[in-house]
Amino acid sequence: MTAVPGIPLLEVEHLTMRFGGLVAVNDVSFTAMERQITAIIGPNGAGKTTMFNCLTGFYSPTVGRLTLHRTGGPFLLERLEAFRISQQAGVARTFQNIRLFAHMSVLENLVVAQHNKLMKASAFTVAGLLGLPSYRKAEKQAVELARYWLDKVKLTKFADWEAGNLPYGAQRRLEIARAMCTEPVLLCLDEPAAGLNPRESGDLSELLIHIREEEKIGVLLIEHDMSVVMSISDHVVVLDYGRKISDGTPAFVKTDPTVIRAYLGEEEDEELPPEVKQDLPEVAEREEAP
Amino acid sequence: MTAIASHANARPGLNVGAMLKEAGLTALVALALTFPLVGLRTVDVGSRLTITTRFDEVLISVLLVFVGRIGLILTREGHALPVLVVSLVVAVAAWFAPLPSEILRVITIAGAAVLAIRAVIAVRRDRSTLSQQERDRAMDRLGARVQDAAMWIGPIAVVFAIALPFMPFASRSVVDIGILILTYIMLGWGLNIVVGLAGLLDLGYVAFYAVGAYSYALLAHYFGFSFWLCLPLAGLLAAFSGLVLGFPVLRLRGDYFAIVTLGFGEIIRVVLLNWAVFTGGPNGISGIPRPSFFGIADFDRRPPEGEIAFHQLFGIAFDPMHRIIFLYYLILVLALLVNFFTMRIRKLPLGRAWEALREDDIACTSLGINRTNIKLAAFTIAAMFGGFAGSFFATRQGFISPESFTFIESAIILAIVVLGGMGSQIGVVVAALIVIGLPEAFRELAEYRMLTFGMGMVLIMVWRPRGLLAHRDPTILLHPRRSARQQQADSEAGA
Repeated sequence: MTAVPGIPLLEVEHLTMRFGGLVAVNDVSFTAMERQITAIIGPNGAGKTTMFNCLTGFYSPTVGRLTLHRTGGPFLLERLEAFRISQQAGVARTFQNIRLFAHMSVLENLVVAQHNKLMKASAFTVAGLLGLPSYRKAEKQAVELARYWLDKVKLTKFADWEAGNLPYGAQRRLEIARAMCTEPVLLCLDEPAAGLNPRESGDLSELLIHIREEEKIGVLLIEHDMSVVMSISDHVVVLDYGRKISDGTPAFVKTDPTVIRAYLGEEEDEELPPEVKQDLPEVAEREEAP
Repeated sequence: MTAIASHANARPGLNVGAMLKEAGLTALVALALTFPLVGLRTVDVGSRLTITTRFDEVLISVLLVFVGRIGLILTREGHALPVLVVSLVVAVAAWFAPLPSEILRVITIAGAAVLAIRAVIAVRRDRSTLSQQERDRAMDRLGARVQDAAMWIGPIAVVFAIALPFMPFASRSVVDIGILILTYIMLGWGLNIVVGLAGLLDLGYVAFYAVGAYSYALLAHYFGFSFWLCLPLAGLLAAFSGLVLGFPVLRLRGDYFAIVTLGFGEIIRVVLLNWAVFTGGPNGISGIPRPSFFGIADFDRRPPEGEIAFHQLFGIAFDPMHRIIFLYYLILVLALLVNFFTMRIRKLPLGRAWEALREDDIACTSLGINRTNIKLAAFTIAAMFGGFAGSFFATRQGFISPESFTFIESAIILAIVVLGGMGSQIGVVVAALIVIGLPEAFRELAEYRMLTFGMGMVLIMVWRPRGLLAHRDPTILLHPRRSARQQQADSEAGA
């Protein structure tokens, strides 16, 4: 493990999530820094998405503390209701299987993401019903923010399309834009490059770098595409069977023997505990005997 | 439909044996059903109950089913045109032929008509070279065009509605039907907020209609409050009951939500039925005061001492129609109010959140939207409109009882919303005209008029499974000059 320098944004301490007898996430601790891309990698079933669901309030963790540091005080995410995690703590997320509002237009998707801001501006719809100028101004600002993100994800042309009719790659980009429209301090992306072709994942890397450099927020990224992970992350956390097995800079993780073992397996001899190895000749004999 | 699938591999040769077998089996099922239902009849003879038989009618029904099935099979196998001709001839013949009973005549005509419609659909399908998908898309374009046309159809419809009571054909019964249809349009628009926008299947909407009606009736009965005071109160009380019912219910989803709302609808009715001391129980409440002309004048021929009547106020001759026309305008204004509200709120954050909730509630949570509050708002607002409609119903009828608020009412209102196309405002109007207007127009058919109701529903579901006008326009556009649809069509053509 190597320490990665930075200002802590999200501290995960002893996070454990049990489903009955299954321990999906087992005592994981790490810190994600401000203005850094933190990648969480690991083989399938390592507990990455479960950890995301704990972070964003869809599961409440069995054990552990999740602290988000931002202005307005540290937020203990494990104690917040799911919707408040986005509303107050400013953690936005995307989903592994895209969850857009498929029958609404692209622009509407981005405006819905600014719901809380607009709700306040419309005085909980009273000012909106009366068509007061204060609300109309707020809506115009919301559209401007949406337009900014549409430009960033190259979807301006499709703004008035039904979101469900967009091609797959565009839907992924739209979901990221929608999450960014909530104006978060931490963006959690669950396999954003899944199903993208090499050119599209190149664009995605650029977009994530833009988010880190220009929007100055932290990104938490689950990804299997190592070319994306290794080229843009500042910090990589590796999970395997719910445990953290490595944590550090991409260069460190890439050469960490535990990581290589988790991904590529190990030679058969090493896998067997010594007492089994002792018994082996005996077992072989017994099988030959009859 | 299976007919479409089997049509694809229809062979030119006709297997008569298989056809007769299928028709025979259907006739057997018909026999099993009609024998006890039609064949046996209990009759009061003196003080005793005896059973008479009507086997001739059973025989004719079974024969009709047999022939009808053969017609359907022929249609399916690609002989739709002859079937169409024969069924039309049968329908006309049944009108004049001396059949043993009136029921048989109606059944024969209705059966022949359904078969004819089925054949027409098949003929058109065979003639057209379009695939099913292309047809669906064409229907969606039609829906979109109607939506565009709503720009001018809407105002024209409103002008027509305003002018209706003064049309030459506007007899008392026409205006009465107008009031009835407008009541259901208002209820449909109200329920559309919950079902069409927020996507919550509410099977107990009639509960709020009942709360509104009873609020006015009881307030007038016990405290003598006037209609104009009670209208907002009834809306408030219904909204409050929506809020109270909403809290426990809204944590549920999908089917569970639907079942619980169904239960609440029944609870309200059963309470009204059994709390006889307060609500009058099954006897209902009668003598509910009629609305005055904004509290200024009554619509009576001879007003009480010291008060002035409507006809005296305007110096015109007394006419009982004045009250009816006033009620008509009252419900028109109330319904338009609901419509205006819905059109407006669709473009506000609350309305957009409702639609987002219908699309994906998990994504809503991840965007920081408080689902409970949003759902509660939809439920409460819809309940309030139900309450307004209910108090109008009470004042129009002058008498209410729990009988008026059974589940079938909820089902009819829901049918209007679903048939019209979920979330479509003009669809609700069209569906209400069909669902309420058709049975009223066919009132001469007496008890068979529900047949037209059923036929209308079946037709719409065959023709447009997603509802008549299921097309949604975005509530906000980035490129307003060219319509989004045009753009999408362009890019589809380019792709």
